[in-house]
Amino acid sequence: MIKYRLLIVLLPALLLAAGVLPATASTTLNGSGATFPAPLYLRWSSDFRRVSPDIIVNYQGVGSGAGVTQFAQGVTDLGASDVAMTDAEITRVNGDVLMLPATAGAIVLAYNVPGVAAGLKLSREAYAGLFLGTVKNWNDPSIAMENPGVTLPNLPVTVVARSDGSGTTAVFTTHLSAINSEFSAKVGSGKSVTWPVGVAGKGNDGVTALIKQTPGAVGYVEYGYAVNNKLTTASLQNKAGSFVAPTIESGAATLASVSLPENLRAFITDPEGPNDYPIATFTWLLVKKAYSAPAKAAAVKAFVTYGLTTGQAVAPELGYIALPESVVTKVRAVLDTVK
Amino acid sequence: MPGPATLAGSTGSVARVYRRRPDVFKGACLVASLLTVVLLAVIVGEILVKALPAIEQFGLGFLSGVQWSPNRGVFGVLPILIGTAASSLLALLLALPLGLAIAIFLSENFLPAGIRQLIRFVVELLAAIPSVVYGLWGIFVVIPLVQKYGAILAAKFGFLPFLAGPVYGNSLLTASLVLALMVLPTITAISRAALATVPGTLREGAYALGATRWETILSVILPTAAPGIVASSILAFGRAMGETMAVAMLIGNSQRLSWSLLSPSNTLSALLANQFAEADGIQVSALMYAAILLVLLTLVVNMLGEAVLRRTQKATAGLR
Repeated sequence: MIKYRLLIVLLPALLLAAGVLPATASTTLNGSGATFPAPLYLRWSSDFRRVSPDIIVNYQGVGSGAGVTQFAQGVTDLGASDVAMTDAEITRVNGDVLMLPATAGAIVLAYNVPGVAAGLKLSREAYAGLFLGTVKNWNDPSIAMENPGVTLPNLPVTVVARSDGSGTTAVFTTHLSAINSEFSAKVGSGKSVTWPVGVAGKGNDGVTALIKQTPGAVGYVEYGYAVNNKLTTASLQNKAGSFVAPTIESGAATLASVSLPENLRAFITDPEGPNDYPIATFTWLLVKKAYSAPAKAAAVKAFVTYGLTTGQAVAPELGYIALPESVVTKVRAVLDTVK
Repeated sequence: MPGPATLAGSTGSVARVYRRRPDVFKGACLVASLLTVVLLAVIVGEILVKALPAIEQFGLGFLSGVQWSPNRGVFGVLPILIGTAASSLLALLLALPLGLAIAIFLSENFLPAGIRQLIRFVVELLAAIPSVVYGLWGIFVVIPLVQKYGAILAAKFGFLPFLAGPVYGNSLLTASLVLALMVLPTITAISRAALATVPGTLREGAYALGATRWETILSVILPTAAPGIVASSILAFGRAMGETMAVAMLIGNSQRLSWSLLSPSNTLSALLANQFAEADGIQVSALMYAAILLVLLTLVVNMLGEAVLRRTQKATAGLR
């Protein structure tokens, strides 16, 4: 009996030791944050290990908010966030942070309307109206007007939103607020808002499940999730007035039209190019300006450089938009200042 | 082993052995029970401290506010409180008659003991199903049913505010139906145990006075077992209120105020589960405030139950 008890006490200690031991031989970087880019960062981490076996990068998709908090508390070496850091958050870490765009994604409107194939054209009024609750039925004139050849069923709209706070919601509501003053006044933007209509599911997967299950549903998910789950997605009208389907190319066009400021924090609220997909966002890696150990700083530089160069090639196959060359150059210049 | 050896000596040494040793068992028990109390105090204290900014900022307006908009810094939990109470009450309302009927059936000798044992086992097995499995079952079985029959109900009786459309699959009704099933074993098991412990002499007395079986059950057995049945309902209500996973999957997670059973709603526990990960600043405090309310609500329900239990126990004490 005592032996077992000893085992119970020792087991966690042993596990801890097992986790720590390799670290003595190499450098371990711990990162946490946004769930949206997590699959990509994990892929980078495992690919990177083949390139430089002595640097181990751990990443946990705990959510942007928690990621920023853990980074600010010094628990992690790397943070990650879909919405960058606010000025208040930057003050909390005494300004000791660099925000590096690492990849980008598009947010798509996915729908489940029996008999209607992918590519339904939604005007700016139509898709804002869907999420405001003013467009209540799929045969609404605002939808029918732009889709002459499509037979739209007499089916009530069920809006599906995110129930948890998320960067996806922040990017989507920021866009809707930018294009529609009623939405801006009634709902506003943020990681967690009160939707005037519909139901909500937890995470991209929860939203995806609700859309698949509910005839008449429309919701917003990350492009990668929509592709992996074969959701039918809408073509959205951009600022220039053209209808653009969400693809890697249209997302890349959006990113190319953005000019990054000095601090690399740019929010794409309403891109202007004629081929730009209207809802896209960067997602950021947070690194310190100066690390305590030179080895750690070197490891951070090596890993992020890998992600910005070789790592960008795997982004499209996982549903992310590769960063344009001009952005990579800018980010690498900032990364070089890490000490 | 030292016991018999000491006894073989003299009786005087036994007394001395017991006096000399400190009572380790008693001490260990004391520490364990104190630890539970301390742990509870620490948890409640921690939540309270974290909730303090929200309590100071929103005060009692938090309870009557109908809007929960973290992006605007507006936090009101009235719709969520209503959703919590409504889903649990509805679940209890659905589960109590069914559970009690099963309990009566299983405590009478309508069927051979072996078969009754089997049924009892199956009902109690419902308690062993993980919450998430109930959630999945709700998604694939209950939601389509609610969508189909809810539409018919809303079309026929939509003039009643609690059956008004539009009909959502993820609704208060769906969550309540699944919750009812989840609390069924709690009601059945405790009620059955209470019915089984009713003294046989009472039953014999009733029969001797010429009562039929049903008269005996309704006017003698059930009143005698009432404290246990009340206790089972309270425990079931508590479980329904605290249930998180299945509810978060089924209730639709909407903070809008609505009277319709066919509309999405939200509960305190589902709200906490959904929003904690990405919350920061005052939203964390507001969620902690909501957590305090959940703790208080559960406490009040349990105390109420305890009070009812004691009163009915006193009233029926003479019968035992």
